[in-house]
Amino acid sequence: MDMSIALILGQDGITNGAIYALLALALVLVFAVTRVIFIQQGEFVAYGALTLAMMQAGTVPATVWLLVAMGVLVTVFDAGAALRAGRHRRAAAVAGWNLIYPLALAAIMAMLPVASLPLLVQVFLTLAIVVPMGPQMYRLMYQPVASAPVLILLIVSVALHIAMVGLGLLFFGAEGQRTPAFSDASFELGTLMVSGQTVWVLVVSALLIGALYQFFERTLYGKALRATAINRVGAQLMGISPALAGKLTFFLAAFIGALSGVLIAPITTIYYDTGFLIALKGFVAAIIGGLASYPIAALGALLVGLLESFSSFWASAYKEVIVFTLIIPVLLWRSLNTGHVEEEE
Amino acid sequence: MTVRLPADPVPSDASAARRRPALLSSRLVLGVFLVLLLVVPAILSPYYVTLLNYIGLYAMVALGLVLLTGVGGLTSFGQAAFVGLGAYTTAALTTATDLPAWLAWVGASPWLTLVAGLLITAAVAVVLGSLTLKLSGHFLPLGTIAWGISLYFLFGTMQSLGGHTGISGIPPITLFGRALDDGREIYYLIWAFLLVAMLTTHNLLDSREGRAIRALKGGRVMAEAMGVDTARARMVIFVIAALLACASGWLYAHMQRFVNPTPFGVHIGIEYLFMAVIGGAGYVWGAIVGASVITVLKQWLQDLLPQLLGSSGNFEMIVFGVLMVLVLHRAREGVWPILKKLVPVRTAPKTIDTAAEPLPRRTLPAAGERILEAKNVTRKFGGLVANDNMSLEVRAGEILALIGPNGAGKSTMFNQLSGVDTPTSGEVLFLGKPVAGHNSREIARMGMSRTFQHVKLLPTMTVLENVAIGAHLRSDKGVLSAAWRLDRAEEARILKEAARQIERVGLQDHMFDEAGSLALGQQRILEIARALCADPCLLLLDEPAAGLRFKEKAALSELLRKLRAEGMATLIVEHDMDFVMGLVDRVVVMEFGHKIAEGLPDEIQNNPAVLEAYLGGVD
Repeated sequence: MDMSIALILGQDGITNGAIYALLALALVLVFAVTRVIFIQQGEFVAYGALTLAMMQAGTVPATVWLLVAMGVLVTVFDAGAALRAGRHRRAAAVAGWNLIYPLALAAIMAMLPVASLPLLVQVFLTLAIVVPMGPQMYRLMYQPVASAPVLILLIVSVALHIAMVGLGLLFFGAEGQRTPAFSDASFELGTLMVSGQTVWVLVVSALLIGALYQFFERTLYGKALRATAINRVGAQLMGISPALAGKLTFFLAAFIGALSGVLIAPITTIYYDTGFLIALKGFVAAIIGGLASYPIAALGALLVGLLESFSSFWASAYKEVIVFTLIIPVLLWRSLNTGHVEEEE
Repeated sequence: MTVRLPADPVPSDASAARRRPALLSSRLVLGVFLVLLLVVPAILSPYYVTLLNYIGLYAMVALGLVLLTGVGGLTSFGQAAFVGLGAYTTAALTTATDLPAWLAWVGASPWLTLVAGLLITAAVAVVLGSLTLKLSGHFLPLGTIAWGISLYFLFGTMQSLGGHTGISGIPPITLFGRALDDGREIYYLIWAFLLVAMLTTHNLLDSREGRAIRALKGGRVMAEAMGVDTARARMVIFVIAALLACASGWLYAHMQRFVNPTPFGVHIGIEYLFMAVIGGAGYVWGAIVGASVITVLKQWLQDLLPQLLGSSGNFEMIVFGVLMVLVLHRAREGVWPILKKLVPVRTAPKTIDTAAEPLPRRTLPAAGERILEAKNVTRKFGGLVANDNMSLEVRAGEILALIGPNGAGKSTMFNQLSGVDTPTSGEVLFLGKPVAGHNSREIARMGMSRTFQHVKLLPTMTVLENVAIGAHLRSDKGVLSAAWRLDRAEEARILKEAARQIERVGLQDHMFDEAGSLALGQQRILEIARALCADPCLLLLDEPAAGLRFKEKAALSELLRKLRAEGMATLIVEHDMDFVMGLVDRVVVMEFGHKIAEGLPDEIQNNPAVLEAYLGGVD
């Protein structure tokens, strides 16, 4: 291996690592606020990438029908309950967001020549379709069992992961897709050619991480989520609705997932079931951060990305083995630092 | 002589008959089930026998998860990898032609490769367990995904294991000279394995080690204080679950006569966890129920949905996933508890053998001997000095009270004495030996037993079982003797001792109630019974009278006086001054981490410093 190959591998590793960092942040956030281990994160990545690909192929993305279907269910449950309680404005708001919005989006898809729209508009539409599924999913699947033990929430996540992979195959077919890059520009950095897409990934990741930081430090909703993560009951007593916190968290996680999918679709071919492995690498990073620390999780993600790209050069058959066994020394290190017996849930 | 104790306050016969349908004997139900299992291959077509074979194989892995996840609270996604270890070990050894001579003899018989597989799996499980089990609950499932995936990729990439094409030509198992090469024949072997595994697991859970295992979920601090090595108990169930998975893999390899990596991936590992949770993760029978529900449902969906929808998509995955979520919305405990209600089986109450030999007792030190001595104990949390240069001593046959306003540092002091925490400086001597920095297990073994300010008991276990945990260190039968019921003599002695302590504290009417159903005051009394069951020479009681009614307090006073007369040393932290002043021999008063007074109850009641601490200064 010479320097130029090392630089290329390093570039690959850092690009992928930035994506893993985003996913790790979302996983840490979802777990801290709702105690849900968000296995379906990967499906949001795949849905994001493949919805964009479908749009570019000139077809109405099938995911929009899923959005409509889940919206109908939420409307039936929530607007129905609000009407019975005599809260008409609330019922109207629920129906507006969950019924009118998806249908309007579907109409836009059907009428506009989406394939010929500028790429950034397509990306925006993709996010508009995929992201609301996060809060809808929380409302339909998790809210009824929000107080259940972590194990039950985990099994719900796994079941949803299975269902979403099945739906993915139905929506997108078995073929993989790759979308065109956001920019064809490339920069020369000494001997290294940096592609425009890499710059996009890094800049968007950095911006998003910065925005999340501002959100959690400066806004009331961000602080409410942090409060819920630290003490669920205490936050509830202070008037923070656990359902709202859950939906907001899932909104952010779905946003991060779908955006990551859109960002990496030009770099790697995405299949309907690719998401799982990508998200698992986010998990590895999150574990390094102890499911609690955002900066360490982000560093862990970069480490995972670099390890992956270098091991694919030296021992590509064992690439996954190497990445996933990385967890073991990390776990060992953490276990040596755990002293007294602790009580668990 | 054996006394049968009713499970709950005996209702009058007529109302009992009205309330419950006629109950079936559990033996009858079990017998019907076994007969059904026996005749099924003769009745059903080979297709269904194969289905039952798979259910048996899956249930064996799910059973391990019931023990590991449902009972022990440790979630694992990696069980499929252990199944793979069992399958690949036997496949590689029985088909290899170029093994070195020292190894070749193992491949001669599948029964030898079973032993080899179990040994390898146990070794791998011990290594993985020691790496991951110390972590708190949320890391473990993620860690298991990681090694589950790693092992799976290893199976696929190692050319010596056939890579992704796998290994074929595995010989059938031979039993008494007969080759089990037909689905109907191996059916009996699979279900025999499963039933033995269920029987031994059931036995294990109803034993001394079983109580320790059941305490892992939500009772670790308490169990450690009672002398249970919880880290070891976690490792034990982890290895047992891995061995069950390995045996399932061995049977699978010889049933299929072919292995490839696909059935050992992390997705299948996830499915095993599904089976355990859907069936009822806390119940031994949940394993069979879960394996059946999932296997049949998947098969059924695969056959039915394409006909129904007219096209072959991946609909079964979608419907399956959504159905699972709906089941969990309706039945968090799984399907087994629902089935159990449909078939009302009589549960025999536990019996207490009053003729059992009493457990050995420790000889209590002579009255007046110094039992516990704290010298200049200081505990700092950052800048906060919670205990500052505290000294106190407790003698045999004496009750010492530690009192003080809220936040005085009493509970911190308690934790320094009992090994829950380690002092920043100073010395704690128990029976003349330094114990500061030792873990609570060692201290418990030396004869110190405690209760907790915030009650720590296992709410779904009976009062009797909760108290029996206290006797953990007075008995020594292990997992194997429990599994094969070689521990019954000792178990009878433990239960007799537990029952004796329960009667002693006056909870005999609640002996078979769930501990969680007691009032808070009674739960505190239960903790005292549990502490006494350890046969201590020093009793540490943290606010024992809180939440007790007047008469209960009087009874508790009486009990503590009796113990004192027997030579027990007692240290109590208490806020109820009437209770304290009428009972104890000496009082130590704390405020802001310091000792502000020490003496006889009467002196303390008139001590100006104490009055100021409690009532505020008189300006």
